[in-house]
Amino acid sequence: MPDQLIFAMEVFLNGLMAGVLYALVALGFVLIYKASGIFNYAQGVMALFAAMTLVGIMNGQVPFAHLINATFGTHIHKFGWNVPAFVAIILTMGVMVLLAWAVQRFVMRHLVGQEPIILFMATIGLAYFLEGVADLMWGSEIKTLDVGLPQGINLWIDETTFNIFGYGFFIDNLDLVATVIAALLVTALVAFSQYTKQGRAMRAVADDHQAALSVGISLNFIWIMVWSVAGFVALVAGIMWGTKSGVQFSLSLIALKALPVLMLGGFTSIPGAIVGGLIIGVGEKLFEFAIGPLVGGATENWFAYVLALIFLVFRPQGLFGEKIIERV
Amino acid sequence: MKLKLATAALSALMAAGPALADLVIPDLSYRTGPYAAGGIPFSDGYNDYFTLLNERDGGIGGVPIRMVECETGYNTEKGVECYEATKGEGALVYQPLSTGITYQLIPKVTADDIPLHTMGYGRTSAKNGDVFSHTFNYPANYWDGASGAVNYLLEENGDDLSGKKIALVYHNSAYGKEPIRTLEELSKKHGFELVALPVDHPGQEQKSQWLQIRRDRPDYVLMWGWGVMNQVAVQEAANIRFPMENFIGIWWSGSENDVLPAGEAANGYKALTFHNVGTDFPVFDDLQKHVVDAGKAAGAGDQVGTVLYNRGLYAAVLAAEAIKKAQEISGNAEITPSEMRAGMEALEMTEEKMAELGLANFGPTFSVSCENHGGDALVGVTQWDAANKTWTLISDFKQTDGEVIGALIDEDSAAYAAENNIEGRC
Repeated sequence: MPDQLIFAMEVFLNGLMAGVLYALVALGFVLIYKASGIFNYAQGVMALFAAMTLVGIMNGQVPFAHLINATFGTHIHKFGWNVPAFVAIILTMGVMVLLAWAVQRFVMRHLVGQEPIILFMATIGLAYFLEGVADLMWGSEIKTLDVGLPQGINLWIDETTFNIFGYGFFIDNLDLVATVIAALLVTALVAFSQYTKQGRAMRAVADDHQAALSVGISLNFIWIMVWSVAGFVALVAGIMWGTKSGVQFSLSLIALKALPVLMLGGFTSIPGAIVGGLIIGVGEKLFEFAIGPLVGGATENWFAYVLALIFLVFRPQGLFGEKIIERV
Repeated sequence: MKLKLATAALSALMAAGPALADLVIPDLSYRTGPYAAGGIPFSDGYNDYFTLLNERDGGIGGVPIRMVECETGYNTEKGVECYEATKGEGALVYQPLSTGITYQLIPKVTADDIPLHTMGYGRTSAKNGDVFSHTFNYPANYWDGASGAVNYLLEENGDDLSGKKIALVYHNSAYGKEPIRTLEELSKKHGFELVALPVDHPGQEQKSQWLQIRRDRPDYVLMWGWGVMNQVAVQEAANIRFPMENFIGIWWSGSENDVLPAGEAANGYKALTFHNVGTDFPVFDDLQKHVVDAGKAAGAGDQVGTVLYNRGLYAAVLAAEAIKKAQEISGNAEITPSEMRAGMEALEMTEEKMAELGLANFGPTFSVSCENHGGDALVGVTQWDAANKTWTLISDFKQTDGEVIGALIDEDSAAYAAENNIEGRC
């Protein structure tokens, strides 16, 4: 088999893995959009906030330590204990539920019935507010996140492919873990929205707020629930990306990777986020591999958007989005 | 009543207006945003050294130093706003800490007669003082960095790099592209093959680049990165089991921030530098006593001795020494920005002077002149010890390739002079 074809296969597999990581971020957007029609600009910052909170709890960091010290002249920074990763994840989830409640109580509740653009603007404000709070709470230094996930080359795949092709493929163990987690997450989310009472209520709210209210569905509860689930997805994405690069403020920029995925997969489909992620991941990696060297490289960022745009031209609602029908 | 009002108004005016008896140093810091982890230690070091001079020596030449901090968020527009907002305070020198802000400020500082110091960043050809009258980039610039890396590799390979393959992983921006031309010239001169691999901003996803490195198997990888790009690159290099000792970053890719997230896997990674590392210098005892223990540190005091803190401190040392030189030349203790520029242009950093400051071998020796605003172009190499979580200087500060770099600087500065109708002044 020609070398270039073997290399392309390796690139293809890595594209799939990268796509899963993009999809993890896109899922959070889909959940909130599906339930409330809001494009949540703050989803990337929520991933940052969740990851920072997780590291802070694991390391026994005192929240708002700089503020407390500056106000009271103290020198406290740590509680003096470390929290196991599993417990810290549960506690962080608790914080994300609290955040969901606060978003609903102080922002969204006051904007019911407003135009989508107003709700979108509110999430922009929320993103900057949350970034500032995260900075005040946990500080802006880069933090190492280690929840015990494996990293580095998968030796089994390396050896197996070497025996077959004479060239060992590189697949990162972290990407494999992310794939398994994403598969579980999507299955759970689809099952939740299809087969549980709350899931069906969520879909009813997404279809029509007023009609859902008229049959006794609590809009407040559904929104808190949806923002909590989106917070959980943000935590998972934050753990995956934070393990790769350390937890730092640029983590919020991973949202940029989710946008073409959403455009392609549709804003309202959970499986669409995964399929969209895979297409974007594979498309951008193969394009970079085949065409990148001819045009100076660094094609991935813009090619992802071009690919999404091409899909948009032929299917504006995305691959799995609900068909847009407007009657006069 | 009128007298009281007039007194109050006068007091308010005096408080609000520039205090003429101060030496005003603006600090265009970025303590917030995606790059805050790099901006905070630099700014802490920059501020703490001036605080030390105030607390220990009563300022410079008997005149206290007043720091004016302005948050840029590493944003060019905000940086320019900070400049405009603070220049009226009597600012003596600007250290904008961003190549983007530097490019915007070069014409402004020239018109306003205020010097600009861009230490290890900014426009490389500003080394030519004949054209760039108010911009200084001593002790080293990006092209010195590129040459320093190649010189180090020449040493490692018995002065022969012919047939070797060197990959450059760079941030796909004006900053990241800076070394390419120099490396291309050096590859012709020394016979190595150069492969340039751009990484798009912010650099969180670099799988394609590192898969290519794994396929192409270059002998060495150089990196011009910043922010999250650095941490991801070090992690990806570890993932593909690229030998860390053959991976060398520019000085903006060589702080604790860049290697700690990868843990043990980052052991052996190298970075270029133009200053020393650690706290094993007498000046740090003074800093601890007069600044940190006295509760006067700019930050929490937890950054002292980190790479970027030391860089900020070194920038402050060079500014303070230029102030002393300006005071000496002008005969005034309260100098003007114009006199400061003259002081910077006559700056000479000798081993004796560094030892007197409690900083023996902290930075290279160099001198500045009307023609040469970039110093003597000496670059060293540091290496990361993951077990002890420390950087170590593993080479002396050595001369870079003046022949190649000088020609590129002449070419670029001549083009700038022609564009802006600047006549040589030296």
